[in-house]
Amino acid sequence: MHAVYPLLLGALLFAIGLYGVLARRNAITVLMAIELLLNAVTINLVAFGSLIRDQFNIGQVFTLFIITMAAAETGLGLAIVLMIFRQRGNADIDGQRQLAEPLGGPADETDPSADAVAIAPGDGGSEAEEEPVVARALAKTEAAR
Amino acid sequence: MSSALAVSALPAAAPSYLSPTGVEIAFVLIGLLVLGSALLVVTVQNLVHAALWLVVCLGGIAGEYLLLGAQLVAWVQILIYVGAIVVLLLFGLVLTRAPIGRTDELDVKYKLPAIVVAAAAAGVLVTVIVDAYHTTWLEPRAAVPQGTNAANGAALFRFWVLPFETLSVLLLAALVGAIVVSRRGADSESEENRGTA
Amino acid sequence: MNLFALLTIALPALGSAVTFAGARDLRHVKFWSVAPIAAALFCSLVVQVAHGTGGVSTSITELAPAGQYTVWLGTRVSGLSALVGILVTVVALCVQVFSLTYMRHEKRYPTYAALISLFTAAMLLVVYSADLIVLLVGWEIMGACSYFLIGHYWERPDARSGSIKAFLVTKTGDVPFLFGITALGIRTGSFRIDDVLHYVGVNGLPYASFIAVLLLCGVVGKSAQFPLHTWLPDAMAGPTPISALIHAATMVAAGVYVVALLYPVFLLAPGVLTLMAVIAAITMTGSALAAFAQTDIKKVLAYSTVSQLAYMLGGLAVGGRTAAVFHLITHGAFKALLFLAAGVVIHRVGSNELSEMGGLRHRMPIAFRTMTVGLAALVGVPLFSGWFSKEAILGAAWDASGQFAAAGRIVLIGGLLTVGLTAAYATRLWLKMFWGPFPEASPDDHRVEAPQTELVPLIVLAVPAAVLGFVALGGGAFGSWIGNAFGLAVPSSAGADLAPAGATSAIAFVVTVLGAGLVWNAWRRDPAADPAELLGRWRETALYGFYLDDVQDLIIVQPAKALARLVGYLDTEVVDAYVRGAGITARGLGGLLRRVQTGNIQLYLTALFAGVIVIAAVFAGQVR
Repeated sequence: MHAVYPLLLGALLFAIGLYGVLARRNAITVLMAIELLLNAVTINLVAFGSLIRDQFNIGQVFTLFIITMAAAETGLGLAIVLMIFRQRGNADIDGQRQLAEPLGGPADETDPSADAVAIAPGDGGSEAEEEPVVARALAKTEAAR
Repeated sequence: MSSALAVSALPAAAPSYLSPTGVEIAFVLIGLLVLGSALLVVTVQNLVHAALWLVVCLGGIAGEYLLLGAQLVAWVQILIYVGAIVVLLLFGLVLTRAPIGRTDELDVKYKLPAIVVAAAAAGVLVTVIVDAYHTTWLEPRAAVPQGTNAANGAALFRFWVLPFETLSVLLLAALVGAIVVSRRGADSESEENRGTA
Repeated sequence: MNLFALLTIALPALGSAVTFAGARDLRHVKFWSVAPIAAALFCSLVVQVAHGTGGVSTSITELAPAGQYTVWLGTRVSGLSALVGILVTVVALCVQVFSLTYMRHEKRYPTYAALISLFTAAMLLVVYSADLIVLLVGWEIMGACSYFLIGHYWERPDARSGSIKAFLVTKTGDVPFLFGITALGIRTGSFRIDDVLHYVGVNGLPYASFIAVLLLCGVVGKSAQFPLHTWLPDAMAGPTPISALIHAATMVAAGVYVVALLYPVFLLAPGVLTLMAVIAAITMTGSALAAFAQTDIKKVLAYSTVSQLAYMLGGLAVGGRTAAVFHLITHGAFKALLFLAAGVVIHRVGSNELSEMGGLRHRMPIAFRTMTVGLAALVGVPLFSGWFSKEAILGAAWDASGQFAAAGRIVLIGGLLTVGLTAAYATRLWLKMFWGPFPEASPDDHRVEAPQTELVPLIVLAVPAAVLGFVALGGGAFGSWIGNAFGLAVPSSAGADLAPAGATSAIAFVVTVLGAGLVWNAWRRDPAADPAELLGRWRETALYGFYLDDVQDLIIVQPAKALARLVGYLDTEVVDAYVRGAGITARGLGGLLRRVQTGNIQLYLTALFAGVIVIAAVFAGQVR
């Protein structure tokens, strides 16, 4: 067959997986999209392996490795998602804003109430935190830090 | 190490794009299935449905592997991806008490940047690939011998032993790490959270 | 002879240094403040005797080459400098002795005495210097010492402001003076006075008027002439002995001295001479009017000094150099006497105000008698020294001809007017102080008038105030001591005749009697009232010096302050705005960048992949 077809399949699958990683909110859906990304790569590898047919069979062996690592990564990723769920009651990636810089400048970090306020608005749009456990949990993590 | 790279240009007698071979037709149809289900995975507003569409997608990919002559990889794909990883994801859905049924807030608020980036990625990749490989011909039948268990096993244990063993260590580390990370014992917060939500 | 001139300069400087350094033991301070100046007096007498009527004698060494020009260090003894040197040392010695007891209860007496010694050394440097730059150094040191001494009582605001005002106003004149000296030195090719005078005598001087005007600015500032005279009345906030030394006899005379020294330069600029005459005429009459209206006796004497200095300047303007120098010397004697006597009176009465004095002739006999002598000399009572010197100037004005003609007329009219005004204010002062009822008559007040160390200088100064004038009767003898404008020797037969003669004497005498008589009449009618009421409506204007202080404030001080405020405003609002703007911009940019850090991982990933795709596309394009 024309080699273009499997390669194009890989490319388009990669783009779809990229969209999923960037646009999905729930952590588990993001993990699913990551699987799509990995599968796009493996399709590419196998296609080239069949095309080139080298003596080490690099394409298919690498694919086996990738599948193995995907399994390990998914397991570990789910463990982390569980931790996030325990911390705030849902698995939204959007809600994880600890990396944010408070808008008023570094001085605002000392004010714990300001932390919750500063996190809420921002690009990408997240809903307001309604659940009371969230604020308490946030305060606890602040204190624990 | 020198291996004759068997990249073959289009043989003179090969069919053009407008008269595909049977393999090509099968590949394209399954490919459409794969892409369609992948799209549904990332757009559908139901978490469980997304997981199930992922199963379809991964199964389709396994079919593609078969068409490319990689038998072991295809079955390993079904076994591990569909059999283990998707199940793991479903368990994850259960444990995080994901909303069953249709949910409204599964996508981020501003989808446009993501769409743009994905479209750009697709554009770049497709352009490069078509430009570079539109004259290349792949013969799957010639690739069948290397896709067997024996060939893969031989290659694995002859040339790729060290990465293989390292991978097993990696799996062990991931296993231990997952257990440690998700341990409930020292978490006092979880005692409070169990009663709420 | 030059060696003794050098010693005259060096000894007070030494005394000053020792007093500054070891100001602990009061006994030693007293010794070191008086002894070096007494020795300097002796040296200056030796210099005069050795010089006799000879020409100039110079002894110099090269101090430092400054590019094209060289600064010479050394002494130049001419007739003029020898005589003025004696004047300086005599008055300085009298002041130091006077201060021994006058200032003994004041704080900071050692510093005061040291500054007086330093000042004396500086004035002698001006007098004996052979080089114009060194003269300028002495000039400036005098200004600095004046500042310190006026501000001696720096706890008082009027002393602080008076000292700064004196410094700034004289500096306003000193800056053009510096330019004038520089221009003179450059034009004539050397800064040595001998060279300058020789060059001017042989070659004339280009831009003579310009240079003369610049020099005149310094003279106007230092000698307190209109319009830079406003500092002298306010300088009376300092101790009285220094008013006697600095602001009567020496520093203010330095301006007149410089004109007499560099007279050939001024002779080449007749326009400047006329200008000098105008300034002198305005000053002498205006300040005499102001003196008439003052209530503080020190201010009366200050304005009187301004007026008498104008006389000297007027004498120089009409070509009567010898007459002006003669008046300089007699004025030094009687004005110092007047100030010191005023000091004794102020200490006794406890106040400077005329209204609190009266009838002091019985309680303070020596002060009364010496002050009477001084005032008589000031007024120009015939046969006192002041009469001879004033007549000499008026005679020179009357005889002025040729290039001096216009100046002569101006000075003559102003001078005659001022004679009357001088008589008026001097009589007022004399009557109000020593006659009439004593305000606080207390029968138990048997205090001694003043310590001897204060009275002896008064008597010592009263002698030349009384009899120095008779020198003028010696034909051209005084002229031969002074030498001519170039410092060269002049035989006594050809010297200027200073003897009073003719119409001017008669007119002046009449005007004097008129002025004194008017005041005496007014006083006789009501001893308790102030004869200054004769001025009527103008009394208050004259009292405040014709509001010239306010005019100067308006023209110069307010604009300077406004400019300072503007500069301050520009600094904080404009220049600082850039500085603050840099900080604000940095913070603003930081704030903008901070908005990117939302914490949303998917945003980061989006940006990351967008970048990767761009790079990949570019790379792909390149490879292609």
